[in-house]
Amino acid sequence: MSAGTRDRDDTAPVFVQEPKVLGIPRSAIPKILMPLAIGIVTLIAWDAVVRINNIPYYILPGPLLVGETLIKDWGTLYPSLVITLQIMGAALTVAVLGGVTLAVMFSLSKWVELSFFPYAVILQVTPIVAIAPLILIYVDDMRLALLICAWIVAFFPILSNTTLGLNSADHNLRNLFQLYGATRTQELFLLRLPAAMPFFLGGLRIAGGLSLIGAVVAEFAAGTAGAGSGLAYRILEAGYRLNIPRMFAALILISLTGICIFMIFTALQHFVLRKWHESAVKREN
Amino acid sequence: MSALPVAAPRAALSPLVRLAAVNKVFSNGTVALKAMDLAVGDNEFLSLLGPSGCGKSTVLRLISGLGEVSSGSIDWPRAGTDATGEPQRDLSFVFQEPTLMPWATVLDNVVLPLRLAGVAKTERIERAREAIRLVHLDGFEGAYPRELSGGMKMRVSIARALVTRPKILLMDEPFAALDEITRFKLNNDLLELWQSQKWTVIFVTHSVFESVYLSNRIVVMAARPGRVFSELAIDAPYPRDESFRTSARYAELCRVTSESLRKAMAQ
Ligand SMILES: Nc1ncnc2c1ncn2[C@@H]1O[C@H](COP(=O)(O)OP(=O)(O)OP(=O)(O)O)[C@@H](O)[C@H]1O
Ligand SMILES: [Mg+2]
Repeated sequence: MSAGTRDRDDTAPVFVQEPKVLGIPRSAIPKILMPLAIGIVTLIAWDAVVRINNIPYYILPGPLLVGETLIKDWGTLYPSLVITLQIMGAALTVAVLGGVTLAVMFSLSKWVELSFFPYAVILQVTPIVAIAPLILIYVDDMRLALLICAWIVAFFPILSNTTLGLNSADHNLRNLFQLYGATRTQELFLLRLPAAMPFFLGGLRIAGGLSLIGAVVAEFAAGTAGAGSGLAYRILEAGYRLNIPRMFAALILISLTGICIFMIFTALQHFVLRKWHESAVKREN
Repeated sequence: MSALPVAAPRAALSPLVRLAAVNKVFSNGTVALKAMDLAVGDNEFLSLLGPSGCGKSTVLRLISGLGEVSSGSIDWPRAGTDATGEPQRDLSFVFQEPTLMPWATVLDNVVLPLRLAGVAKTERIERAREAIRLVHLDGFEGAYPRELSGGMKMRVSIARALVTRPKILLMDEPFAALDEITRFKLNNDLLELWQSQKWTVIFVTHSVFESVYLSNRIVVMAARPGRVFSELAIDAPYPRDESFRTSARYAELCRVTSESLRKAMAQ
């Protein structure tokens, strides 16, 4: 630390941009092209099987017919899609709010955790198809019943992951906070919640998919009694009428919804953690 | 050149902190410290030297208030007490690992103690930048810990300890994981800061060479149970630099200290 010559052995970080094709980093292109190629090949094979064997459309419709139905029946399918999305979104929101709040309470008080955690596990391990009929009996409002079912399955991964995350804050860091006289609130917001973030986001990604499954399964349990509901109702209804192309069309919408949710939460996870967490940071060695 | 006397340090007159007959028994029955006496005075650079497991970290943790003594007492004769009756220790602790928050930048990590103490925003950022300058990391305020080398992370950790301008700095083998060159450099940096800031430093190390180079007093500890084995005064004048490291006096002091450590380990 001699005066005069300040020895700076560390050079400031340098960032090099990766070359891009059509706005996509080059290294990401195989990740997009390969699954796309597989998808196209499968569609062609599907079409070929239907044409060569002359399979009637009410047994197995070709992909073109399914696409056509998707467009033709958009007027019926779209409102159902919106309803399914609404149920999912509401269930997920309540699951996040409830799950995080309860996890924070668990981390603040061992007694709360000891008392409530077993019941959270019971909710989780009981299959939703077994609970759904009861809920449908006791809850008059169909939408609310579906929402409760979707919430039950989405809630647990958020609760258990966030609880794990809140408790996994580095032990030395906790000592450091104690040393500097941090209040519980400071410790929660500056240490435990940031440390729990990767766990919470992992739970959210699972919960997103599960809330869709919960919403769909509950609707199946309701059967055609639940008139004018979501996409699962459309599948059931089309099934009774042997409208196989529409069953496929509704199924495709459900899958696409699931894929979108997964991608959105993966992107969110990457965006939030990209600066610091091992799972999202780009390693250069 | 005479062998070193058992030190009669100025600490004894008016210590900053005094451990008297401290015993520490962990719940699993391990006796980590037995009848440990230690007094630390103003502007001392004290090293705790001893074999692995002799209770060096335990001493630092007890002094910092992390954990309770089983019997005996730790006094802060000149410190006031806060609302809960705890002494206001005014100390900082540099752990053996950098212990940085991976989600926070260098600046946010260094600012943390001030933020917890409720210092106003502009002032705390000003002071954090100053501490970062002291450890020669200016330009890296916005970097995340994972973008730093091991030595740089350690310096962030030191900056965070300095930012509160503590009276006492506790350091638990802070340079153990670093290469020799970096270690020497940080040794020199630390000595210079110690001289300019007028702190008291309690420094834990395994290394005889490091302890002799840095300290004006070395407490050699023996293990099972952990206790003070001997005290050595290192009377070489400051500032110390590379010429001290290669001097005959340094070699002699290291030899005596090694001898004492060897005896402590043979116990
Ligand atoms: N939390 C704990 N519970 C039980 N025993 C402990 C605990 N912490 C330390 N010990 C024991 O206390 C003794 C002293 O430990 P301490 O960490 O103070 O040693 P140390 O001198 O710092 O060793 P090292 O140089 O290896 O870091 C050891 O025998 C250790 O096993
Ligand atoms: Mg130790």
